[in-house]
Amino acid sequence: MDLSVKLPGLTLKNPIMPASGCFGFGREFSEFYDLDKLGAIVIKAATKERRYGNQTPRVAETSSGMLNAIGLQNPGVDKIISQELPFLERFDTPVIANVAGSTVEEYIEVASKLSETPGVHALELNISCPNVKEGGIQFGTDPELAATLTRSVKRASNLPVYVKLSPNTSDIKRMALSVEEAGADGLSMINTLVGMQLNLQKGDPLLSNKTGGLSGPAIKPVAIRMIYEVSQVVNIPIIGMGGVTCAEDVLEFLLAGASAVAVGTANFRNPLICPEIIEELPQTLSNYGYNSLEECVGRSWKHVEEQSSVSRT
Amino acid sequence: MLKPQNMQVLQNQKIAQDTFELKLTGPQVQDMTEPGQFLHVMIGEGWEHVLRRPLSITDVEHHVVTVIYKIVGKGTRALTEKKQGDSIDVLGPRGNGFPYQTNEDQHILLVGGGVGVPPLFYLAKKLVAQGNKVTTVLGFQTSSAVFYEKEFQGLGDLFITTDDGSYGHKGLVTDVFERIEKPVDLYYTCGPKPMIKAVTNHLTIPGFMSLEERMGCGIGACFACVCEAADTKDEKGYRKVCQDGPVFPVEEVML
Repeated sequence: MDLSVKLPGLTLKNPIMPASGCFGFGREFSEFYDLDKLGAIVIKAATKERRYGNQTPRVAETSSGMLNAIGLQNPGVDKIISQELPFLERFDTPVIANVAGSTVEEYIEVASKLSETPGVHALELNISCPNVKEGGIQFGTDPELAATLTRSVKRASNLPVYVKLSPNTSDIKRMALSVEEAGADGLSMINTLVGMQLNLQKGDPLLSNKTGGLSGPAIKPVAIRMIYEVSQVVNIPIIGMGGVTCAEDVLEFLLAGASAVAVGTANFRNPLICPEIIEELPQTLSNYGYNSLEECVGRSWKHVEEQSSVSRT
Repeated sequence: MLKPQNMQVLQNQKIAQDTFELKLTGPQVQDMTEPGQFLHVMIGEGWEHVLRRPLSITDVEHHVVTVIYKIVGKGTRALTEKKQGDSIDVLGPRGNGFPYQTNEDQHILLVGGGVGVPPLFYLAKKLVAQGNKVTTVLGFQTSSAVFYEKEFQGLGDLFITTDDGSYGHKGLVTDVFERIEKPVDLYYTCGPKPMIKAVTNHLTIPGFMSLEERMGCGIGACFACVCEAADTKDEKGYRKVCQDGPVFPVEEVML
């Protein structure tokens, strides 16, 4: 079965990629498997200057999920370009660079630097990190701000821009339409949901940042619902993510309306999860009677449309 | 290429209050030669527990590795249900252990607190085998929490302290330092951060500490278990406990 996927600016061998922040800059996972196997690599968020991030504890397990509040720790865009990205050039796998910042100017600067770097094939605009005081989510919860930022980054970059949407909003469709209108080439969704866990002995929040982003299988139904809603109103492709642990989950994301699928938290439990899913995917699709990826994408709502048009005639 | 692998449970028994000793066997035991490294252990089969738990190696004998863990939450409680013959998915050994190979004919102090005691046992055995004299100070909350007293006794002088005085010396591990035969050339410590802080403040001789931190991936990719570099001019400014540690020279990171 042909697993290749064409997305704006990207030709993927298969629809599977690790999600930003769950894969570092690839080096550690390359000790477990050949990164050539991946559809794409999405690297950890880059900011203009180096960021240390939040104090520990930064992670806490929850039922079928986890909270994290890393706080966008990264060495800064210049070091990422000089010390991290060259390592990924040896792989025949497109790189999507995740861009974060506190101000529109910072996003623009980071995006333009990454755009001039050979080996970066697309940008993922992180407007949805819930774990930093400035930037990130403030852009992801205000459709006007998100549109302004998308427009500015599009102007500063010649690479396709995928905007990563936050689920922490009451109207995800409005956000999606707003960034599409502003020129986004694609969407990544969903980022983590804001959550909290308390320490029973001390009585206070377990994470030093108090709140963290909930990820893992616990959030999958939220992701499926949001992709189902958004894919029906936008004309740009969606990279779906949120609690993917197996090939059947990938199928569900495709049916909801995603064109490609990112695997996040599951990488922590099983570092080989991405190649394992890629290997299982053709068999899983055919087990459910599908012969191609295309026929799956958005089938959850296209199928219903087809049926209702049949019943009308 | 690295790969997580199943190990067989030989024994999983309670040895002190909320404290379990787990013995595992598998081909990867032959790689577990460095005291201070940890196993990143998967909890259960499904996705209820999405994160592995880092458990430091307590001992290695032939084809058997021993780890000791304390029940601190749902994950470690679930681990107590593993029975002889069950398998456990293990990633490891991971991390950098205690540097010990160059030490000979020295007097070395080991200071452990609670669940920080286990990695010092494998280290003590290695150090004694190399002809060093080892003195150990172990701190526990209370008498029912004490474990491995006999095991350490066979390896040199041993002092035990408890917070409530229900066993051994009442007080902190540092309270018994003056009773230790001098001189001491080097020390290794592992335990809760406040204890490590007190120990490193107290001692001026060279030392190494093993740090504990909540981990995500355990391989250096997620940046969950990060600590600050002590040198403010350090190029990176941080160290990852899972990948750069868990053992560090005491002056390398901030406590």
